[in-house]
Amino acid sequence: MQFTLNGEAREVASHPMARLLDVLREDCGLTGTKEGCGEGECGACTVLIDGEAVCSCLIPASQAAGTEVVTIEGLGGTHPLQELFMNEVGAQCGICTPGMIMAAMSLPEKPTLDDVKTALAGNLCRCTGYSAIYRAVLKWRSMPVPE
Amino acid sequence: MRTPLSQLDLRTASSVNEALGILRDDPRTPVAGATDVYVALNFGTFAPRRFLDIWALDELRTISMHDGSLVIGALASYTALTQSHLVADHVPMLAEASRLVGGVQIQNRGTLGGNIANGSPAADGVPVLSATDAVIVLRSVDGERRIPVNSFYTGYRQTVMKPDELIVAVEIPHVEGKQWFRKVGTRAAQAISKIVMAVVRAESPRIALGSVGPTVVRVPRTEAALASGASADEAAEILGGEIVPIDDVRSTADYRRKVAMNLLKRCWTETA
Repeated sequence: MQFTLNGEAREVASHPMARLLDVLREDCGLTGTKEGCGEGECGACTVLIDGEAVCSCLIPASQAAGTEVVTIEGLGGTHPLQELFMNEVGAQCGICTPGMIMAAMSLPEKPTLDDVKTALAGNLCRCTGYSAIYRAVLKWRSMPVPE
Repeated sequence: MRTPLSQLDLRTASSVNEALGILRDDPRTPVAGATDVYVALNFGTFAPRRFLDIWALDELRTISMHDGSLVIGALASYTALTQSHLVADHVPMLAEASRLVGGVQIQNRGTLGGNIANGSPAADGVPVLSATDAVIVLRSVDGERRIPVNSFYTGYRQTVMKPDELIVAVEIPHVEGKQWFRKVGTRAAQAISKIVMAVVRAESPRIALGSVGPTVVRVPRTEAALASGASADEAAEILGGEIVPIDDVRSTADYRRKVAMNLLKRCWTETA
């Protein structure tokens, strides 16, 4: 299966029904993408395929062929939103964080708090209570943070 | 336990005609956005082992008008349905239902055709199709069949589809009257419904419910009562006797019956 991973051409010899999540973690060694529930409920495995957020635990490898996949590693570690998740304490245990950040990538330019909540509705966090996450995302897009 | 990969076999179709040929010669379960199929495979609870990947069939993604009907390709995603001006203009409650499916990740991959084929009585999109008397277009090598959605399901996750048929589109005839949709779950996103109701309020009202029986159902006795002038309170009593919800992990039969009755009354107030 040939695809573009974080900007680089890759070829992997995975089963066509392997989960994209497993291709990324096991064949490509990128373990930033997490597995939470394995049923599309928690969003921990969120990556972008051609710019769209998807649950990589529900994607057959065959459907990633020829696409551009971006994982948390593709942001480089010093992306402004990654910095804000640290500085605003939007991450505690950290398991949901890569999925949260990837889901936030498909937000419109000037998101309202409602937009942020909708974009992240498919991502569960059991530590933060969400408000620090929403604050990090709104500050990233230079939008006012409601009291 | 997850279904072992070694047991799974996948072919990929690059055109509808190729897909139909494969379904005729080498029957397999079509898989589109995989948001239902992969949940079941990840839990090892899905019987099929041989699949046909139809995700690449862009010809099934169009949303258009034809002879007054809204025609939706089977691979239209919930995101596409949410963003479509045609859907917003003609069947706004389908856009509303699509916005309440899973989260963004699921909406980007889940398809209307998949929602129909999966056959869940809790499907978010199917009550809308039922209340609007939509027609499901099935295609095989032999040609097309048009099946009203209200005679498509024969039992729990059972349909009239033959193994060599593919859902290619859904046709929603022009809707006269006010549309109303409500999904009740534990939260707005990522919930499988405890109960879901779609209504077209017109001279002859059309009311469909999910999660109250083995399939999505219409309620003809309730509809007839309303058409002949019954009050919403009277109709709600009839509805309570007409549906057969069960106790399960998401809710109880009593709760579902009570909420169904309340939803009908609320709908009648809000669409008055």
